[in-house]
Amino acid sequence: MKLDEFEIAELTSFSLKATATDVEAILDRAPAGHMSLADFAALLSPSAAQPRYLEGMAQQARGLTMQHFGRVVRFFAPLYLSNECINICKYCGFSRDNPILRVTLTLDQVGAEANFLREQGFRHILLVAGEHPHFVSENYLRDCVTRLHPNWPSISLEVGPLEVEQYVPIVQGGAEGLVVYQETYDRGVYDAMHVSGPKKDFDWRLETAERAYEAGFKRLGIGALLGLAPWRNDAIALAAHTTYLLKKCWKSQLTISVPRLRPAAGEFQPMVNVTDRELVQFVCALRLAFPEVGIVLSTRESPKLRDNLVPLGITLMSAGSHTEPGGYTGQGKDELHVTKSGRPVKAPLSVIESEGEHATVQFEIADNRSPAEVAKRLDQMGYEPVWKDWEGALNEV
Amino acid sequence: MTDKPQRLRIAGRDFSSRLIMGTGKFASGATMAAALEASGAELVTVALRRADLSGQGDKFANILTFIDTKRYLLLPNTSGARDAEEACRLARLGREPTSSTWLKLEIHPDPRYLLPDPVETLKAAEVLVKEGFTVLPYIHADPVLAKRLEDVGCATVMPLGSPIGSARGIETRCSIEIIIEQASVPVVVDAGLGAPSHAAEAMEMGADAVLVNTAVAVAADPVRMAIAFKAAVEAGRAAYEIGLAPKRKEAEATSPLTGFLDETR
Repeated sequence: MKLDEFEIAELTSFSLKATATDVEAILDRAPAGHMSLADFAALLSPSAAQPRYLEGMAQQARGLTMQHFGRVVRFFAPLYLSNECINICKYCGFSRDNPILRVTLTLDQVGAEANFLREQGFRHILLVAGEHPHFVSENYLRDCVTRLHPNWPSISLEVGPLEVEQYVPIVQGGAEGLVVYQETYDRGVYDAMHVSGPKKDFDWRLETAERAYEAGFKRLGIGALLGLAPWRNDAIALAAHTTYLLKKCWKSQLTISVPRLRPAAGEFQPMVNVTDRELVQFVCALRLAFPEVGIVLSTRESPKLRDNLVPLGITLMSAGSHTEPGGYTGQGKDELHVTKSGRPVKAPLSVIESEGEHATVQFEIADNRSPAEVAKRLDQMGYEPVWKDWEGALNEV
Repeated sequence: MTDKPQRLRIAGRDFSSRLIMGTGKFASGATMAAALEASGAELVTVALRRADLSGQGDKFANILTFIDTKRYLLLPNTSGARDAEEACRLARLGREPTSSTWLKLEIHPDPRYLLPDPVETLKAAEVLVKEGFTVLPYIHADPVLAKRLEDVGCATVMPLGSPIGSARGIETRCSIEIIIEQASVPVVVDAGLGAPSHAAEAMEMGADAVLVNTAVAVAADPVRMAIAFKAAVEAGRAAYEIGLAPKRKEAEATSPLTGFLDETR
């Protein structure tokens, strides 16, 4: 992917000055879909945020979502394997320089956490870990996948980027999806946010989805972490990335995620505030531009906003999430430590006192409802929560 | 022409309804069950990937429990499979839990338009027919492919009207006409039928049946929409069996100007 060919800066500048007439012309072409990046940029404009246009966008987004995905929302749960990380990233709770309680779950511990999620109903799981070649090696990831595969129809991973040949055994172990967020598509901001570690390489991360596709992953997730750079810039670049992947990785099911930055260890404050209204505008524009692409919503957002975003385009949701390893069943709490120079060291009393007797979370969640409560709410809203929508046999190689 | 409705016969089995229903996209299992009942369908397709194939009665994957198999013949489908190997694997896995050897063969590698892969579909059909499945393949409206699938023993062919869920109606009309003309197995028009008029059109063209899902599942009132499709399918079929008036370029007066010449004094 050569991001620079897409003229993101010019499109962002157009987005800021697109007129009501520009917006009307796009909305009048309904049903939308298959629009140019310039059209998408216009839908992100301050003009399009006016209530009369935003409501029109929402109506069209709802119709397209219904048509393509029906009255259903697919459920998944994140399972954090490890919060070890070799990167220093200013906004992330797991950042190497944060003196937090860390742990990497053993296979048995991963199995116990997964069983808890399975009993709650989840059949789609997302394995999450910080980037650390020692604690979170490709063999460890493969072993986790192999362990869970018999009981999990769908396993995805959100872990540090790997080479194609490193991904292949993980796919062969039974993994279906790979999620990697670019965080920000603004090279300058990216460089400032990622202080050190392999994550500093912007292009290596950008090309991860393509490598994952080459290795055989069927589901690719991309996204931008809103709050780091001007959001229109990231939104347009994310759309460009989507357009590119739809052509290049044509056999993959693509999903997009638009997480907003949440409070985390390190006390990082968002560089940019993205309002609820802007998030709604972004989700609607994504749905209009990409009617067939899945849009993911995590527990980073409040119950009220989550409930109201569903009809506008959300097709995958997590619920009842914990963002620390061992968060569901307390696994690994006897091995908590701090990490210094890549080695586990007994945690000082001060850290245990401030962090509590569990591994430190990546970020705080905002929707604390249980999976059953979220499922019930969806049912009341006229949506079926779908727990199983894949079959493990499709992932066997 | 006949004076009583002809029954649909697929693989030696008779059906009085020519409407086949899909089960995806519904707001709940109960709504789906009510819509199926209202549709009068006797053949119902279910995505194997949504069903519990573990044999453990998974209550979180219970779509099959909403389908009364005494009433409907289950037509499991391989949606999600991207090639012949995956489709065959899924079909075999689903055989026991669904107690059905009927199979809607769907292989769409492209999740964006869900268009069927002709090469892989033919490959899988050949294998699955030999393994004893009654195979109903979802295909592009490709007349040659339809004949090839018939040759390997498929029970029907199921050409698409337009992409799944698109509600664009029968955009592949001229090819479907050829498929119908040449087929010696039933032709089921599948996908893209967004309005009862689309279903009626397929039936008037001589399709043996239609498969409908999205248009009913996402309707504000799925039960009434199912009834509307049922009526449209019956109307279209009746018109086909009776024979439609030929289309003419010019008007033909119901009271001809030269009629007096034939009048007897």
